[in-house]
Amino acid sequence: MNIFLITLVRDLKMAFRNPSSFLNPLMFFVISISLFPIAISPDSETLMNIAPGIIWVITMLSVLLSLNSLFHYDYDNGVLEQIVISHHPLPLVLLAKTTAHWILSGLPIILLSPLLGITLFLDSKSIYILMLTLCLATPCLSLIGTIGASLVVSIKNSGMLLSLLILPLYIPILIFTTSAVSQSQFNLPINGQLYFLGSILIFSLITAPFISAVALRISME
Amino acid sequence: MSKLLVNNLSCQRGYNLLFENLSFELNSGEVLRISGQNGSGKTSLLKIIAGLNTPELGSIVFDQSKLNSEKYQLETLYLGHYAALTSELSCIENLKYLTNLSTEIISPNFHNALKEVGLKNYEHELAGNLSAGQKRRIALSILFISKSKVWLLDEPFTAIDSNGINIIENQIEKHCANGGLCILTTHQDCNIKNLKEISL
Repeated sequence: MNIFLITLVRDLKMAFRNPSSFLNPLMFFVISISLFPIAISPDSETLMNIAPGIIWVITMLSVLLSLNSLFHYDYDNGVLEQIVISHHPLPLVLLAKTTAHWILSGLPIILLSPLLGITLFLDSKSIYILMLTLCLATPCLSLIGTIGASLVVSIKNSGMLLSLLILPLYIPILIFTTSAVSQSQFNLPINGQLYFLGSILIFSLITAPFISAVALRISME
Repeated sequence: MSKLLVNNLSCQRGYNLLFENLSFELNSGEVLRISGQNGSGKTSLLKIIAGLNTPELGSIVFDQSKLNSEKYQLETLYLGHYAALTSELSCIENLKYLTNLSTEIISPNFHNALKEVGLKNYEHELAGNLSAGQKRRIALSILFISKSKVWLLDEPFTAIDSNGINIIENQIEKHCANGGLCILTTHQDCNIKNLKEISL
């Protein structure tokens, strides 16, 4: 457990000393969402209908942007070699890195979402559901993303390949999250979507660190 | 008395067979230098012994612990081509993380380890601000606190001045005198006692 906390603190410290690494995807998230009312229509009805889709698509793209730097830096300077041959369980170290990634990419999005929800005229109930779906699904984005990042770590300029690998796996999450927020706007039950998101979270939490560990060992060969 | 046994190791990279049926035995107190031309497989061999790469054939055993077992990984310390340092972290933070990952330590005296490699007043300096030689010295300072018995050093003297090389050579001799063993690759001259050599 100790190595989990040590790696988590180290990754967070690294990021805060070089804030552009995690602020750029967040800036992308805020700027692109705030451009939609200007580009499409300032009409509240129109924006309210497309808000869940916009927020969730941009969330995924900004998480994808931040995934590129998850392992590349450690790979280039040799730290990843030490992580792979460490006597500590590799899935545990990778889980710590994923947690740090979520704290730096998913958590700020959850905290910013009410503000951006208001700019897209979402009502308070929809904002609450949006935050709930973000809380359940952004950890999944980081966990699944870690698998992709592990696979392409040794490939230079792998951004496009990473997107091709990961985006299909993100689609179920996109479907359940956007439909949960949209249905809540019409007071329809959303338990089903939330249960699905919860089960995806538990499944990815249990399996993703182990799959990432295998993928990373293969990539490092 | 510890013993590292390498049996019939073969390694292939792409279509190139780097080496085959390579066997050797290394006992406590011995230092093995792997020599060979560029691209002959020195780094690949060290990476295989470190558990980073998988050999095509063969086995490696250290004191009954097999490659990739927790005990084996704990007993081996690998320092590769890269210094494994993070530019945003200070020397001491880098050293602490590196030791946490790779080895058990004799004592948590990280300041002393940095002092030994001539980086006494650099503890809180960010690694990104240091020269290539100084970075290498931080990575090598782990040798002064590591408990691991098998040291695998890939070109440890790169970018290090002659004084630094002497310090590291003395530390390797001290480690071997205490029952450790060491495998290293270097193109530079080595003044280490009990030096065995294999050529790839």
